Amino acid sequence: MLSRIAESLFWIGRYVERADGTARILDVHLERLNHLPMEERRRVAQELLAVMGARPESEDFGLPELLHALAYDKTSATSIAGSLGAARENARRARETVSSGLWESLNTTYYGLSQHRKDVVGTYRFCNWTLERTAMVSGLADTTVSHDESWLFLVLGRSLERADMTARMLSTRDVLSAGMSWVNMLRCAGAYESFLRTRRAAFGDQHAAEFLLLDRLFPRSIVYALRDADECLAKLDPSAQRVGFINDARRIVGQARTFLEFHRTDDLMSELPEHMERVQKAVAQASDAISRKYFNQADELAWVGEVS
Amino acid sequence: MSDLFQDYSVAAVRTGAYDEMFTPGQEARDSYAEVADALGKLSLADVSARADSMARTFLDRGVTFDFAGEERPFPLDIVPRVIPADEWTVLEKGVAQRVRALEAFLNDVYDKMAVVTDGVIPRQLVTTSAHFHRQVHGFEPAGGVRVHISGIDVVRDAAGTFRVLEDNVRVPSGVSYVLENRRAMAKGLPEAFGQQLIRPVEEYPRRLLSALRKTAPAGVDDPTVVVLTPGVFNSAYFEHTLLAGLMGVELVEGRDLICRGNRVYMRTTAGEQRVDVIYKRIDDEFLDPLQFRSDSMLGCPGLVNAARAGGVTIANAVGNGVADDKLVYSYVPDLIRYYLNEEPVIANVDTFRLEEKEAREYVLDNLAELVVKPVDGSGGKGLVIGPDASRDELEALRQRVVADPRGWIAQPVLQLSTVPTLGGDKFGPRHVDLRPFAVNDGDDVWVLPGGLTRVALKEGSLIVNSSQGGGSKDTWVLADSPQVPVETLPRPTISIRERVSVWPVESNWRDRQSEQQQ
Repeated sequence: MLSRIAESLFWIGRYVERADGTARILDVHLERLNHLPMEERRRVAQELLAVMGARPESEDFGLPELLHALAYDKTSATSIAGSLGAARENARRARETVSSGLWESLNTTYYGLSQHRKDVVGTYRFCNWTLERTAMVSGLADTTVSHDESWLFLVLGRSLERADMTARMLSTRDVLSAGMSWVNMLRCAGAYESFLRTRRAAFGDQHAAEFLLLDRLFPRSIVYALRDADECLAKLDPSAQRVGFINDARRIVGQARTFLEFHRTDDLMSELPEHMERVQKAVAQASDAISRKYFNQADELAWVGEVS
Repeated sequence: MSDLFQDYSVAAVRTGAYDEMFTPGQEARDSYAEVADALGKLSLADVSARADSMARTFLDRGVTFDFAGEERPFPLDIVPRVIPADEWTVLEKGVAQRVRALEAFLNDVYDKMAVVTDGVIPRQLVTTSAHFHRQVHGFEPAGGVRVHISGIDVVRDAAGTFRVLEDNVRVPSGVSYVLENRRAMAKGLPEAFGQQLIRPVEEYPRRLLSALRKTAPAGVDDPTVVVLTPGVFNSAYFEHTLLAGLMGVELVEGRDLICRGNRVYMRTTAGEQRVDVIYKRIDDEFLDPLQFRSDSMLGCPGLVNAARAGGVTIANAVGNGVADDKLVYSYVPDLIRYYLNEEPVIANVDTFRLEEKEAREYVLDNLAELVVKPVDGSGGKGLVIGPDASRDELEALRQRVVADPRGWIAQPVLQLSTVPTLGGDKFGPRHVDLRPFAVNDGDDVWVLPGGLTRVALKEGSLIVNSSQGGGSKDTWVLADSPQVPVETLPRPTISIRERVSVWPVESNWRDRQSEQQQ
């Protein structure tokens, strides 16, 4: 397939997952934020934005600005509206390749973006709506697109972004150390029930973090997402070698995953920030490596002279 | 007839045009019987609800065109344009004839120019045409076809006669709306489909692909076809994606292509892949920075040389624009007689050539009653309709015509035929044209049944271009012999295979609820 199309698909996967993760994080934190005193609220809003990877534009950054930056700002790749818009724009560029179901669900989502009230109550609904739409998009991607190269690029993007989003989700805990309960964190990832069923009584910070970080069966855990990404990369470049890996992206993803899986720790909680940073860095590097390997377009139009 | 058509005939008579649906006494014509029947049973609320839902589907599906950097839906009206079988037979023949003549003409002007030597058209006419590209002179394109895809614009005058308004053999667009309109109409007005046979349009992509593959360079067993688009900001981008998608081929941009050794390759995730046939949706000027505009970022350097060497087929061929020239258009009937030895099936619109002194004087004296068009314009650009123009506009036009008589033609104002169209709360007559599409595979010219009917949505307006407030209508060509009883094949009886299910006993919660409440 065309490199340009592969790139678009990769980014559809990433942006849709980013919107999904942002909606989850925003939904849970909004609840907490609302209870805080004004001054505290402002600080937390800024820190939350920082965790999501953006910088406040002015000193005067409060709740309404946070909502705009994370939910409605169509010009920013950090916000839900921005991500969904970018996903749709990528789909538009790859329209002949994606199924019409996938394209239409993204397009309809895009046109639905502006039909929400932009206050706190409206944002809860907006987050919910986002989760529904992204679930629909991924469902259609899984059921209406052949699981060939194009789908693999989509899933690759989705898995990498998912690892990144879960890492950010876990990092937000530091922001709201005062009372951000692990119950909420698990709910945020949609992992609460799964967690309860696996760990039963063993309930505590350590276990919840472990679950979101290391569980091999829960699809939103970092280890699971990285394994998914690794499998896609393996299928995309099936050269089996007896020694080592030439594929940079596979090496980076694999190292990040095995580091987590085989790391022995006595105090996961104190190491958590360090782990999260490592995961996010690995995702960024892997993304770079993938685009170097698969998407690299010629830097400019070049004419190859004829030798006769 | 419902009151949606109240006062229709009054408005129709006022336009002075031929109405496709009604005779002057507001009797529906035979071809429109089913449509009139279906519409007659609808109320205004029904019609508006259906129109809204059709518009919504178009927006969700992204059936849009880009205008001034903004995506706009292409409005589809609920009343189709119906063409009876006998009229279509004539149109089909006329369009195919024209395409064959233009094909022969293009082959000739880029070669020996026998048509000039034999005195059919002046040499100067060809050589002064803005789209006569010397870069492609003197070679036959790989596959031997120049006009693979064409759209011949046809209108019906006040007397009900079809006339050709212009030829589009460069990059005719609009066929995607034909395909989408039919899908939308099947949901919008299902009642009218039942009782008559309407010729299907969905074979177009298949025909197109097979024609493109057939004209691949010699020696290629399994040709790779691509559609070349200028990119997402082009007004017809939707069409490019639709056609590429329906043909199942790649949609490439210039930057996806590379030329090496007079062959063309595209960059894929698995390295470079050879491209044999390019369905070009870029203007010639932007195609190859080595030959045409050197600042173009849309094309790919080396394409023209590759085509010259026979390493790639470009469809439509580079340089076809000379046949689109409106001054050449005025000679097409002569070209048909010269190349094909036939009489033209569909007449031209009378055209004044402004380089001829007498014609020019007449035109300048009667500017206010004529339509004046630039010879190389498309999309209604630069066209001036005399009766609608202000005094200043006419004066400006006069000066331009005098300064460059080669650049303009004049035609009488045609009252294009009308079809009822929803406007506000009732149907009113609106002017339409028709663009049938033809696909030429070298042996045979196939004409898509119907084509794109564009409609001027503003009352009284004669300009149907989408960029100037035009919409479209689904175009139905009725099949020749209605409902020939088809011999039914013996079909295997379908056995009912029962399903295994485990039915949860307590699932009927509503009953349980009432029980509990008691």
